[in-house]
Amino acid sequence: MMASFPNAGSGGIVRDIAAVIVENRAYLSEIDGKIGDGDHGVNMAKGFGRAAERIAPDASLSDALSTLSDVLMSEIGGSMGPLYGMFFAEMSETVAQDTHIDGARFAAMLRAGLEGIEAVGAAKVGDKTMIDALVPAVEAAEANRSDITAQLREVASAAEAGRDSTTDMVAKLGRAARLGERSRGVPDAGATSCALILRNLCDGAARRLEQG
Amino acid sequence: MQRFLNDPDDIVDETVRGFVRAHADRVRLCDGNARVVVARDAPVSGKVGIVTGGGSGHEPAFVGYTGAGMVDATAIGELFSSPTAKSFHDAIKAADGGAGVVVLYGNYAGDNMNVKMASRMAAKDGVEVLTVVANDDVSSAPPEEREKRRGVAGEIFMWKIGGAKAAEGADAAAVRDAAQGAIDACRSVGVGLAPCTLPAVGHPNFSIEAGTMEMGIGHHGEPGTSVTKLGTADEIASEMTRIVLDDHDLPSGTEVAVLVSGLGATPRGELYVLYDRMARDIEDRGLKIHKAYVGDYFTSLEMVGATLTVMALDDERKRLLAASTDCPAFGAA
Repeated sequence: MMASFPNAGSGGIVRDIAAVIVENRAYLSEIDGKIGDGDHGVNMAKGFGRAAERIAPDASLSDALSTLSDVLMSEIGGSMGPLYGMFFAEMSETVAQDTHIDGARFAAMLRAGLEGIEAVGAAKVGDKTMIDALVPAVEAAEANRSDITAQLREVASAAEAGRDSTTDMVAKLGRAARLGERSRGVPDAGATSCALILRNLCDGAARRLEQG
Repeated sequence: MQRFLNDPDDIVDETVRGFVRAHADRVRLCDGNARVVVARDAPVSGKVGIVTGGGSGHEPAFVGYTGAGMVDATAIGELFSSPTAKSFHDAIKAADGGAGVVVLYGNYAGDNMNVKMASRMAAKDGVEVLTVVANDDVSSAPPEEREKRRGVAGEIFMWKIGGAKAAEGADAAAVRDAAQGAIDACRSVGVGLAPCTLPAVGHPNFSIEAGTMEMGIGHHGEPGTSVTKLGTADEIASEMTRIVLDDHDLPSGTEVAVLVSGLGATPRGELYVLYDRMARDIEDRGLKIHKAYVGDYFTSLEMVGATLTVMALDDERKRLLAASTDCPAFGAA
């Protein structure tokens, strides 16, 4: 097992993430529909699906993230377009010059992505948003910089635990805030898509590590 | 409810295409972006460009206010969803006549993010972009948290005043100040009697029980301040007027412009019934109605309900309100 994976040729990780989002189109819309507009899955699948078609088979991870960001920013509006657009843009820029991504660079990439979201959004932990999945994941990445194998495992499970924590939260931002107490009992759709993205990013990176 | 639909996913593109066909004498599609509508005469060299944008489903807003003397270019989003940063950026480029661009939009999370990003992109092109964010909906936050309030039908007055100021040849800062002054002088409230449905979702976005009404409801069904038994038209009109004017606190004798808009599925006649009571209540508070607008100016799909907007006037705003305008949703004043 290597301590890093190559940036070059790792764009397939992003295509795999996109495929998972497209597969979960109906599920994401269903949970969003319980407390929001019900269009999260539709919009996410549209953006990620289009991006996957434009990622070259041999693309680097940073180029693939950049393509995904461009599609989300230019073709998917609402709040998710700019939030995920900034997330992937900052991740891409952070590792653009890296030939290999080790635990420290992986943590830096996720931290930059979070900061990209914070530059345009106002959500804090506990507001029942994607931030509830992302912040614990970034913290797990930074706590496990020296062991990328453990890091990838911890980041994915921290994101999923963060997603699960949103089920018992009351929405404070977005359309779901309308429901107040009634928004309790359903996981947040943004946190759910964020956990799916991070789970598949980590699993994809782990496969690249094994390939050496 | 039966609707006129093809594929629900195409409804925004079809709406925009039909709009541009119907009003080809006044507007055109932006080259290379079918989600931006541009006034026929834009960009006007040396004039400050006026840009707006927002989600679809509010027709005739936002697109209907594109035209001479008002908005130069409008970015169009999916139903109830902010336009992309790219569309706002393309609208800024289409409106830029070399004197800077002022983006006049409503206070919603997605719009705030996309306008911010578009402004950054435009700054890289060397275009000066100023912004004014409308926050006239009094029910969306208390007065001390005005920065959290949403923008609703007061945006129409903001576009009219800002657009007319730009047409007079004012510089970007003066246009921004006039538009900011207009929205600062506006207060609005909405009431909902029945909800609306996004066609692709297929069920109502929220619920309003039969026999009840929701005072303070937002343009996408954001929560109101109270759900009560459905009142008479006079009771509802008086309550809306009270909410707006209690928040506004205008000195006696102030001249005002009044705009009553249906939310999509309220007959025009009922809007006049509301206005009849509102006008008397406004005058009973010592205010003078200079001009009134009653109709479907800013809707929410097929929501049943109405909004009331009151804008305080001064000499400049009276002049700018009367200035000539030629856009599909707002004729010559």
